[in-house]
Amino acid sequence: MKLLTHNMLRSHVSGVTRGFPLIIRAEEVKLNSVDFNREFVTRMIPKLEWEALVQSAESLGHGSDLPRELVSGYENDEEFLKKVHHVLLEVEVTEGALKCPESGTEFPINRGIPNMLINEEES
Amino acid sequence: MKLKQLESCLQQVNGFESPKLLLEQYPTRPHIAACMLYTIHNTFDDIEEKVIADLGCGVWSAQHRGSGVRCWVSTKLCIGFDIDEDALGIFRTNAEEFELPNVDLVQCDVCSLPSTSLEKSVDTVIMNPPFGTKHNKGMDMTFLKNALQMARTSVYSLHKTSTREHVQKKAADWKVKMEVIAELRYDLPASYKFHKKKSVSCLKDADTFCKWCTAIKKKSKAPIHQAWRLLCQS
Repeated sequence: MKLLTHNMLRSHVSGVTRGFPLIIRAEEVKLNSVDFNREFVTRMIPKLEWEALVQSAESLGHGSDLPRELVSGYENDEEFLKKVHHVLLEVEVTEGALKCPESGTEFPINRGIPNMLINEEES
Repeated sequence: MKLKQLESCLQQVNGFESPKLLLEQYPTRPHIAACMLYTIHNTFDDIEEKVIADLGCGVWSAQHRGSGVRCWVSTKLCIGFDIDEDALGIFRTNAEEFELPNVDLVQCDVCSLPSTSLEKSVDTVIMNPPFGTKHNKGMDMTFLKNALQMARTSVYSLHKTSTREHVQKKAADWKVKMEVIAELRYDLPASYKFHKKKSVSCLKDADTFCKWCTAIKKKSKAPIHQAWRLLCQS
C-alpha cells in the first residue's frame, strides 16, 4: 500500500464520523523506485489531504522533512516535488495494519493489500 | 507497442484458480482488454500519467495489464479494488512477476461503498463489472454509480447490450454524459460449466453475450473518433 492510496482510505465502521486518517501500524515497509513526473506530482498535491500524508510518512520514518503545511510556490521547487513523489509512490507498507482513529478497529495489511472489509460482529 | 504485442503480453497473465460463481469471476479476454486500453489511451488520453481505479478488478483486469507494458502506456498508479482475497492474491503474484511498481490493491466491497467514500479520488475508472443479472441483480448499476463517485474525469465500463437503454436513462438522471465507444462480440471463456453450455447457444444468438463499452466523461473532451466492432477469435 502506497501512501497515495492510504491518503484516500477511510474507516466506515458504523458510528464513525470521519474515520480519517487511518493510523498505520507497519511491520514491514519496502521502497520501490517509480519514475518521477513533475507534472503529475504538481497536479496531485492540491488533491491530497496534506497533513495526513506528512503525518503518515513521518510515522513510517520516511517523512523526508516535508513541512506540516504546504508552502506556496512549491510548483517551482523541484527538490520538494521529488520528495513528495518519493513519499506518495515509492514508500510501500507491505505488512501491518491500519487502525481506525475513532473506533480503534484494525484493518490488516497482508502482501501490501489492506483489508477494508468490516466484520460487523467484531465491531 | 502494437496492439498485437500488447495482446500477447496479456495472454501470459495468470487467471482465476477456482472462479467463484456468485462473484461472476471470469477474466476479461486479453484481446478485449487490449482493444479497450488501446482506445482509451489513443482516443481519450485517460491512461498516461493518471491514477486509475479498477473496481472488481479480479485477478488482473484491464488497466493493470496495460501498466504491465509501460513502454506502451504509463499509468502513474493503478488501484485494484475487489472483495475477494484469493483473486487479489493472484493479482499480487501477477504484479510481482511483471515487476510492476505502480499497482496497489485494496480489499473492500465495491457495492457497499458509503456515499462519502473515495470521492473523486482517482482520475479514471476502468472496469468490467458483474453483469448484474442472475444472483447479482442491479450490481452493474451499483458499480457504475460508485465508479462515478470515485472518478474525477471518466469512467470506462463494459456492460451487457440489453442494459444499454437502462444505463442511458440512469446516466441522464445522474447528469453525466455517456457515449458508447465500442461494441464487442464477447466470447466468455468456459470458466463455469453453465457458461460453457450457454456459449453454444451463444453462436446462434451472439447478442446474448454481447457487451458494450461505455465511456462516461465527466467533462467531455473529445468526440468519438472511432467505434469498432470486434469479433473475437474462438
